[in-house]
Amino acid sequence: MSRGRTVLMTEDSAGAPHRPPDSQWYDNEAGPLVRPYAMTGGRTRPGPSGVRFDLIALVSLDTGAPDVLDDTSLGPEHRTLIELCRAETQSVAELAADADLPVGVVRVLLGDLLELGCVTVSRPVPPGQLPDERILREVIEGLRAL
Amino acid sequence: MASEQADATDGDTGALALKILVAGGFGVGKTTLVGAVSEIRPLRTEELLSEVGESVDDTDGVDQKVTTTVAMDFGRITIRSGLSLYLFGTPGQDRFWFLWDELAQGALGAVVLADTRRLQDCFPAVDYFEHRHIPFVVAVNCFAGARSYGAHDVSRALDLDDGTPVVLCDARDRDSGKEVLIRLVEYAGRMHTARLLDSVG
Repeated sequence: MSRGRTVLMTEDSAGAPHRPPDSQWYDNEAGPLVRPYAMTGGRTRPGPSGVRFDLIALVSLDTGAPDVLDDTSLGPEHRTLIELCRAETQSVAELAADADLPVGVVRVLLGDLLELGCVTVSRPVPPGQLPDERILREVIEGLRAL
Repeated sequence: MASEQADATDGDTGALALKILVAGGFGVGKTTLVGAVSEIRPLRTEELLSEVGESVDDTDGVDQKVTTTVAMDFGRITIRSGLSLYLFGTPGQDRFWFLWDELAQGALGAVVLADTRRLQDCFPAVDYFEHRHIPFVVAVNCFAGARSYGAHDVSRALDLDDGTPVVLCDARDRDSGKEVLIRLVEYAGRMHTARLLDSVG
């Protein structure tokens, strides 16, 4: 795996869950030590064509998912995402924040997991189409009750 | 959790997520507002950029730098199991407009936060949402020490379309933030109904 000081900036890189153990020579200012393209195998788009993960697309672990934890094609970042989804259904944006990975990287990795049948992804509301009035009323009442 | 999707109402997996944007100038209180109403600590997510910024970023002397990141704040409010509201604080810098396009896709609406001491800072956001017909409310964050203006004055100063709500708020206050969101969802519903009527009549 290609490694080196990257120019990526992180606002808060403390507590990164998968920081390699040999990175302790650097302080947090150095940023992540694995370049994003290394985590995605050089890919910038998810594998299956036409898949586009919206930031609020909800990702759940597929209950009937094959056990892929022994799959050697999966990297540590894939496993991190699986563990996060196992804890709770989460949006793509939350996964990116919790895994401390750029959204673009998370999209590619989720594409792999989708192909393997590990996760299911909800479709976002189509652009220009609002949910029906009943849902909006529910949202308003829910906000009032907070 | 799979059990949470038993009460499916919509979509493929049953869970429905709605998106609200929080826009406005730098330092106007976007992160504060998101944090005040969110049930999770404000999370920051980073979008990786490459090349896109090249034409506008002054990269002289930093020719090694081909990627940069931009941070977006976001928060979540769970209405019920399977129905959540996500709030996204939009990046303040103008050169990240293309990110707004992604954020705005499928958004229920937007809150434009304004500070009356520098109202011009929210002009770009107002223009953006007006041009794209995305329902928005203007929330005036009432900073201590700033001269107070009425909602009507702000509406006129921003040359808002009739009906666009202007709400005075305190971005630090949870109830105040909730009220802003309620006004937005009500307004988005009205706009949507009006458009449906237009399209059939």
